[in-house]
Amino acid sequence: MSPLLAVRDLHVGFGRAPKANEVVRGVSFDLSAGQTLAIVGESGSGKSVTALSINRLVDFGGGRITGGSITLQRADGSALDITGATEKTLRQVRGRDIGMIFQEPMTSLNPVHTIGAQIEEALRLNRDLTGQAARSGALDMLDRVRIPDAKSRLGYYPHQLSGGMRQRVMIAMALASSPRLLIADEPTTALDVTVQAQIMALLAELREETGMAMIFITHDIGLVAGIADRIMVMQGGLAVEQDETDAVLDRPQHDYTRHLLSAVPHFTAGKAARSDGPRGTETKPVVVVDDLVVRFPVGRNPFRPAGAVHAVDGVDFDLMPGETLGIVGESGSGKSTTARAILELTERKRGRLTVSSSRSRRPIQMVFQDPFASLNPRLNVEALLAEPAIANGQRKDAALLERMTFLLDRVGLPADALTRYPHQFSGGQRQRLCIARALMLNPDVVVLDEAVSALDVSVQAKVLDLLIDLQREFGLAYLFISHDMAVVERIAHRIAVMFAGQIVEIGNAQAVLSDPQHSYTKRLIAAVPAIERRNQHFSLDATQVPSLVRPPGYEPPEAVWRQAGGDHQVRLETVT
Amino acid sequence: MAIISALFRHPSGRIGMAIIVVYLLAALLAAIGLTPHDALKMYTIDRLKPPSPTFWMGTDLLGRDTLSRLMLGIGQSLNIAFAAVACATIAGSVIGLLAAWWGSLWDGILMRLMDVLLAFPAILLALLIIAIVGPGTFTSVTAIAIVYTPIFARVVRGPALSLKRRDFVDAARTFGSSQFYVLTRHLLLNLVAPLAVQVTLALAWALLTEAGLSFLGLGTQPPTPSLGLMLSESKNLMQQAPWLMLFPALTIMLGILGFNLTGDALRDILDPRTQGRSA
Repeated sequence: MSPLLAVRDLHVGFGRAPKANEVVRGVSFDLSAGQTLAIVGESGSGKSVTALSINRLVDFGGGRITGGSITLQRADGSALDITGATEKTLRQVRGRDIGMIFQEPMTSLNPVHTIGAQIEEALRLNRDLTGQAARSGALDMLDRVRIPDAKSRLGYYPHQLSGGMRQRVMIAMALASSPRLLIADEPTTALDVTVQAQIMALLAELREETGMAMIFITHDIGLVAGIADRIMVMQGGLAVEQDETDAVLDRPQHDYTRHLLSAVPHFTAGKAARSDGPRGTETKPVVVVDDLVVRFPVGRNPFRPAGAVHAVDGVDFDLMPGETLGIVGESGSGKSTTARAILELTERKRGRLTVSSSRSRRPIQMVFQDPFASLNPRLNVEALLAEPAIANGQRKDAALLERMTFLLDRVGLPADALTRYPHQFSGGQRQRLCIARALMLNPDVVVLDEAVSALDVSVQAKVLDLLIDLQREFGLAYLFISHDMAVVERIAHRIAVMFAGQIVEIGNAQAVLSDPQHSYTKRLIAAVPAIERRNQHFSLDATQVPSLVRPPGYEPPEAVWRQAGGDHQVRLETVT
Repeated sequence: MAIISALFRHPSGRIGMAIIVVYLLAALLAAIGLTPHDALKMYTIDRLKPPSPTFWMGTDLLGRDTLSRLMLGIGQSLNIAFAAVACATIAGSVIGLLAAWWGSLWDGILMRLMDVLLAFPAILLALLIIAIVGPGTFTSVTAIAIVYTPIFARVVRGPALSLKRRDFVDAARTFGSSQFYVLTRHLLLNLVAPLAVQVTLALAWALLTEAGLSFLGLGTQPPTPSLGLMLSESKNLMQQAPWLMLFPALTIMLGILGFNLTGDALRDILDPRTQGRSA
C-alpha cells in the first residue's frame, strides 16, 4: 500500500535567493494513514517549515520549495505532487485533505466573530453545508472536541473562552472537513500543563475515532512520547534520526537525540531533585514572607469597588541563604504577582516582608522571563551592566569595570561583549547577561520569574547549570518561579505549589514531587508529560480554576495546615 | 553615521538629502557674504530685468538681485524653521514623556491642553502673538513652535506609554534607578527614531508656515529678504516679471520636497518592519 504522504528530499529556502538560504535541507519521510509522526527539534531546526511545506502555507511566509517532492494521496485515490500544484488545487487540499492547528489559540481565531460562525464557515467552505445543517454541524463539532455545554458556547466570542477551550475550537475547525491528515504545530506550547494534558488526550481520542493521520510538531520530546508512532528528530534543517517511537526513546542512535534525551530536563517525579539544601542547619532565613496579600480592584468607580481580584491571598514562606524555593502553578495562580510584590513592583495590600541582609543595599534582584524585553535595545552591555551600580551611587571606575568583566566571565560571556548591543546576542546569552546584571549589586536573593521558559530546551539545561553553580559560589537564595515542573525539579530544594492565589502545598522538593498530597498538586503532577510514563493514559478532566474576583470585604478562611512528613505541609482542602 | 549612508542608499532619501545639502550650502555662502551681488544694493538702472548672465534670476522692482536675495531668504527661513522645530521638539517631548510617565490625571490635563493648541491654525496663533509682541522673526519662531509642540507630544506619548510597561523599565525599578535615568535612557533613547522622522517632516511644514507668515507680513520684516516676503512683493508684477514669483515659489516647493523625501526615507529606514529587508 502506498503511504498517505511521501516526502522525498525536501528542500525549502527563504528570501530572494532561496537556494542559498535553505532552512530545510533534504528531509524525507513517509506517513501511512492513521499514523502519527512527531517532528521534534529546537527553534531554527526547520520543523515548522517542513510541516508548513506540506500544505504549502510556507509560500505565504516568503518560503520557496527548492527541491524534492511531496506526494499526497487524495481522498479519491489519486496522487498529487504538492510541490507543483496550483494555488486552486492547494486551496482544496488545505480544506479537505489536510487540517492544521497552530500554536497560538489566541491569535488564530478571529476576535469579531462568534466561534459558532467560524466553525460554520469551515463547514460551508469544505463540506458545502449551509443554514441549519451548518449550525447543527457546528454543534456536533463542539461536542466532538468535548466542549461542555456546547449549545450555549456557539454564540461565544473567542475572548470569552480560556486558552484550552480556544484550542479545542481550533481543533474543531480543523476537523470540520474530516481531513485525512492533521498537522499540529506546537498546539499545546502556550497552554498550562493540565490543559496541555487534556488537549493531548483529546487528540489521541479523536485520532482513534476518525482514523486520521497526524503530524505533531514540538520541542518537547517527552510530550509526544505517549502519542506518536514514529519520531523524527530535526537539527539544522536535517532529519538526524527517525524511527519508531520506542526505538528512538530507548535506543537513540544520533548524538543530538541522546543530548535531547539526557541533557534536557525531563520530569522524573522527584528523582532528580537536589539534595544539597541548607535547611536543617542553624541558619537564619534571609527572607520571611508573612501573610502576603495582593488585590486588584474591579469596577470603574474607585470609591465604590465592585470587588477585587484576589491575585495573592495570604502567602507565607521563608527562604534560607543558598536555598532555592520553586514556586509552581498555572497561569493566574498568582506566582508572578507574588514575585512582583516582593520586589515592590506591585503594591501589597497587606503582608510583612522581612529581609535580613548584610551585604547589599538591594538584597533582592530579579531576572525576568523574556530576555528580549528586559534589556533596553539601545544601550550597550557596558551601560546595561553599569546601570544597577550607578543607580546606587557608585561611580563608573576601574573597580566597577573589573566587576563587570568578572561577572561576564562567570556567566560565560566573552569580555569583549561590553561594547556590544543586546540584539547581537542569542536568547540564552541575553539571559546570561540578565543574570550578570542581577548579580552586579551582590544580592542575597535572586527572583527568577520564568527565567528559562523562553529558551530552547538544550539552552535551558545550560542556564540551569549556570544558576546552580552561581548559587554555590555566591551563596545565593533563589525564588524560582515556573510552570515547568521538569525545570523546577532540577533546581529547587523546596517547592511551593500555588493555586488560586494561595500556597496549597509546600515542602522538600523530593517529598512534594514524589508524594503529592493536595488534590491540585496530584493533578498537576499527573499532567506533566514524561518519557517514563509514556504508556499511561490521560482521562479528560474539565475542572476549571475558580474565579478570583471576590466581593468587597471578602476574606478567605484561615488556612489549616497538615504535616505530611519532615518538611512537607499541605493545606487542608475546604469544600466550597 | 550609519543613518546618513543608509539615507544615501535610499532612492528618495538621496534626492531629499541632495536638496537639503544644496540649501544649507546656499544659506552658508549667503551668511559669510558670498552672494553674487549685494542682496540689499539697488541697481537702479537694472530694475525688473529678466534672468541674464549678470543677474542669473533677474532683478526686482528696486533693482535688487533675486538670486542673492533668495540665498539670504533661504538662510532666514531655515533659521526660523530650525529654531521653531527645535523648541517644539524639546517642549513636545518633555510634555509627552511626562504625560505618559505620570499617567491618569496629568496625562489627561496635559494632552487636553495639547488638543486645544492643536485646534489653532498657525496663522491665528501668530496674530495673537503679534498682538502681544509685534511682528518679526521672534513671532514666527514662537508661533510655529507652539503649533508643532502638540504634534511632538503625541508622537512621544504613545510609544512612551508602551515602553513604560516594558520589562526593562521594571528591571530598572528593581535596581532603584532614578526617574530621570529611566525617562532619558530607557524611554527617550528608544524614541529617537520616531522623533527623527517627525523632526524632518515638521521642518518641511515649518518652512511652509514661515513663508506663509512672511507672505502675510506677520513674519520677517523688510528689508530682510525672506522667501514669503519676496513672493508677496512679486504678486502685483506677475504679468511683467514672472521670474520674480517663479524662483521663490520653486525654492519653497523644492525645500519642502527635500525635507519630506528625507522624512519618508528616514521612516522607511528606521521602521523595524522594513529593517530585515534591507539587511
